[in-house]
Amino acid sequence: MTAPGPVRTAPGPAADEEEAEAPRTAPGPPPRRIGRQKLTVLPAVLVAVLLATWLWFRQADLDALTRNALSGGQVSKALWQHIQLTAISTFFVLIIAIPLGILLTRGAFRRAAPVAMAFANTGQATPAIGLLALLVIWLGIGRRAALIGIIAYAVLPVLSNTIAGLKANDPTLLEAARGIGMSSAEVLTRVELPLAVPLILAGVRTALVLNVGTATLAVFGGGGGLGVLITTGITNQRMPVLVLGSVLMVVLALLVDWLASLAEVLLRPRGLQS
Amino acid sequence: MPETGGHGASIELESLTKRYPGVAQPAVDNVSMEIKAGEVVVLVGPSGCGKSTLLKMINRLIEPTGGRIRMGGEDVTDIDPVGLRRKIGYAIQSAGLFPHMTVAQNIALVPRMIGWPKSRIGARTEELLDLVGLDPGEFHGRYPRQLSGGQQQRVGVARALAADPPVLLMDEPFGAVDPITRDHLQDELIRLQHELHKTIVFVTHDFDEAIKIGDRIAVLRERSHIAQFDTPEAILANPADDFVSGFVGAGAALKRLNLTRVRDVEITDYPTVMIDDPLQQIVNRLRAGGTNEVLLLDRHGRPCKWLRRGDLMRARGSLARAGTPVHDTVTRDATLRDALEAVLTDNTGRVAVTGRNGEYTGVVDMETLLNSVHGMLEADRLDALENQHELEELRAAQTHVEQEGDRGVTGVGGFGGTR
Repeated sequence: MTAPGPVRTAPGPAADEEEAEAPRTAPGPPPRRIGRQKLTVLPAVLVAVLLATWLWFRQADLDALTRNALSGGQVSKALWQHIQLTAISTFFVLIIAIPLGILLTRGAFRRAAPVAMAFANTGQATPAIGLLALLVIWLGIGRRAALIGIIAYAVLPVLSNTIAGLKANDPTLLEAARGIGMSSAEVLTRVELPLAVPLILAGVRTALVLNVGTATLAVFGGGGGLGVLITTGITNQRMPVLVLGSVLMVVLALLVDWLASLAEVLLRPRGLQS
Repeated sequence: MPETGGHGASIELESLTKRYPGVAQPAVDNVSMEIKAGEVVVLVGPSGCGKSTLLKMINRLIEPTGGRIRMGGEDVTDIDPVGLRRKIGYAIQSAGLFPHMTVAQNIALVPRMIGWPKSRIGARTEELLDLVGLDPGEFHGRYPRQLSGGQQQRVGVARALAADPPVLLMDEPFGAVDPITRDHLQDELIRLQHELHKTIVFVTHDFDEAIKIGDRIAVLRERSHIAQFDTPEAILANPADDFVSGFVGAGAALKRLNLTRVRDVEITDYPTVMIDDPLQQIVNRLRAGGTNEVLLLDRHGRPCKWLRRGDLMRARGSLARAGTPVHDTVTRDATLRDALEAVLTDNTGRVAVTGRNGEYTGVVDMETLLNSVHGMLEADRLDALENQHELEELRAAQTHVEQEGDRGVTGVGGFGGTR
């Protein structure tokens, strides 16, 4: 896909001499927002890493134990589980943290914000593995415990960014919105949230990357994922298994981060880009 | 304009008060004011006098804790504030445009909220952009950050006018633009108001802006007490007290010059010659005119040079080098201040008045200016004296009422709260 750089059309005739200093980034066809470099470099690197790993495995002399650990679709199963864990946990993080963030910036609930933030902070300050262990003791082995651990760990960035994004909105702008006759719901959906989108998305991106990482720990709660390959590699002292698990995890994390960065650019309201 | 909801609506404020919990003094104390339909009233006062608070109480962005607001005769103190605000245009400092919406989307907000059909909104947006002097084709799809401060302010005014509200509230709308642009925007607002006849309440701390824009000016002191509420002429001629005269500042007589236009004073005729006239005729004209100078006009009838008797001699018959060029002319719409400025720069003691295409129509000289300013100031003073009697009676009655402890009747005729 070829993406030309931002297109700027020629300045139109000046509307007023005295305002001729006006910036003249004329509208015309909306400029492409993502440069070619951003689109191609990282995927190319990731493909190269995967290719190198695959080539190495083809020529490597693997013993029975290693072959056993990697056979029967176990690798794709672990990868798929990992993606599922990430996706499901992120979904729940979003539907918990964003509404909560909105609620905590409304009227009477504003006072509860520090309490909620402190709570979310403890979620993240607790070592993820300890939190997972506690949850497993409480809820028993399984995917549910793993998911709850991951979610608790990632709520904070989205929540704090939602609150920060909404609070950063210029109060005079919100007053203008009310002044021209918007109801509070309209002010929220038409002005506050769109303007907070960049910060909220930055929080979501952080949460996604965190989730890819913490999903590795799900294996200790019986949640599966790429952590399985890594622990198998370590306990059986089989380097290739460990390396494959790690490489896949790193590639997945970078890929998710890259996708999130694209989303950040594409979903940012036009007019807010600098 | 199609479907103009017509002219403005009157606004009546009755003992309007705002108290904040935990603060002993009210922020706005018992203000009564009557604003006629189609009138521009400027609220002017020092920072922190509560003028913005008073303005925001009219569209109930700030809910009053006491008093009534009536608009076009209807009591709006307790109706749904969202519905009320959709019928009142609101423009603020730095425009308050939403950065994530285009110019057109910003303007279309209120019409969309009140459910206009799409085609009507589109047409209205174009019309409004045109009205505030922005080319619709060029500015329609722009984002606010792609506009200069002055252009943003124009869009802000267009947005306030979008649903054709009878009342427009403007909170220091031109406070954040440079002086030249501000001057331009003020002229535009005056022009717009000439077409639209809205009821406009305008807040500013700049008394010169108030004089320029207002039909009437309310000078506010702390807690929005009305120190004086009158026409600019009356306030300049007769400030009610030291506070007002302090606010009017030095040079009230000079500011008075801003309130009168050249067309209101006597424009006299002056001997003129055309640039193509033969030299002898010019000399004859100079002799016959009884003046020391004639005004030389170019082929389009535009003033070009002042010729004195001596000039022709010295230039030895060549018109090209003779005389002093005309630096400055004024139109009939210019203020007397502009005219005086021009008279002072052109050292001939008079200034040429030009018509629409710059053609000569007459002159105004220093003497005329002095006489008319004198006349105006004298007339203002007489008016003011007359008013003062009424005012004092009113105040006396009011003080009497206040001392009797009956606060319900205070604030008659807009002089509430004055002591």
